[in-house]
Amino acid sequence: MIDLALLYGFIALALALLCTAWRLSFGPTMADRILALDTMVIDTLALIVLYGIHHGRSVLFEAAILIAMVGFISTVAYCRFILRGDVIE
Amino acid sequence: MLTLIAEILVALLIVIGSTFALIGSFGLIKLPDLATRLHGPTKATTLGVGAVLIASMIYFTVLEGDFSFHELVITLFLFLTAPLTANFIAKAYLHRHIRHDDLPSTNREEGWATYDPPGEEGPLAPTQNPVTEPPARTPAGGA
Repeated sequence: MIDLALLYGFIALALALLCTAWRLSFGPTMADRILALDTMVIDTLALIVLYGIHHGRSVLFEAAILIAMVGFISTVAYCRFILRGDVIE
Repeated sequence: MLTLIAEILVALLIVIGSTFALIGSFGLIKLPDLATRLHGPTKATTLGVGAVLIASMIYFTVLEGDFSFHELVITLFLFLTAPLTANFIAKAYLHRHIRHDDLPSTNREEGWATYDPPGEEGPLAPTQNPVTEPPARTPAGGA
């Protein structure tokens, strides 16, 4: 049962990543692209967690934590760069 | 028996979570402009990832036998940072693509806080959108 749910989850998250990739490529404004990148990070996080369940390995959560932090910091840095023209004032 | 219940719960949470993540990311395509597009990823996708993380916590606690707080930490982190990133992206969008005159009045003494010059705090920061004037809408082409 979990295997079926995992299969569904992998397919759904792959479709979600395709959606964000579409917005990342054709987004009309720069804020759209930042938003797409942020969503892509969150979807990738879910994909990594599902992969960890699939293999029964809890080591992958370290990678998930790292990706969550790096995604947040890069989003904030990019937004600050747009807002102020500088990341750290 | 406990194993069966845990399996059902894990499968249900995975399905719910990935469906919410898909819906949130699909909203990114479907919705018309950025201010509405912000809703999908910040609410639906965050909820979906939270459900997936809780599923993984139940799986590793009940079925594999090792309990860990990692998933709760990630869930908490995501739920704390999603509003922050949404706020920053909205600010960037306001500054780059919306003219200040097109924004509605705040109906208070202060204008929109994001347009205040950096470093000046307090209620008497300079306002550019005061309430006493009629809504500051200029015709297209005006500054």
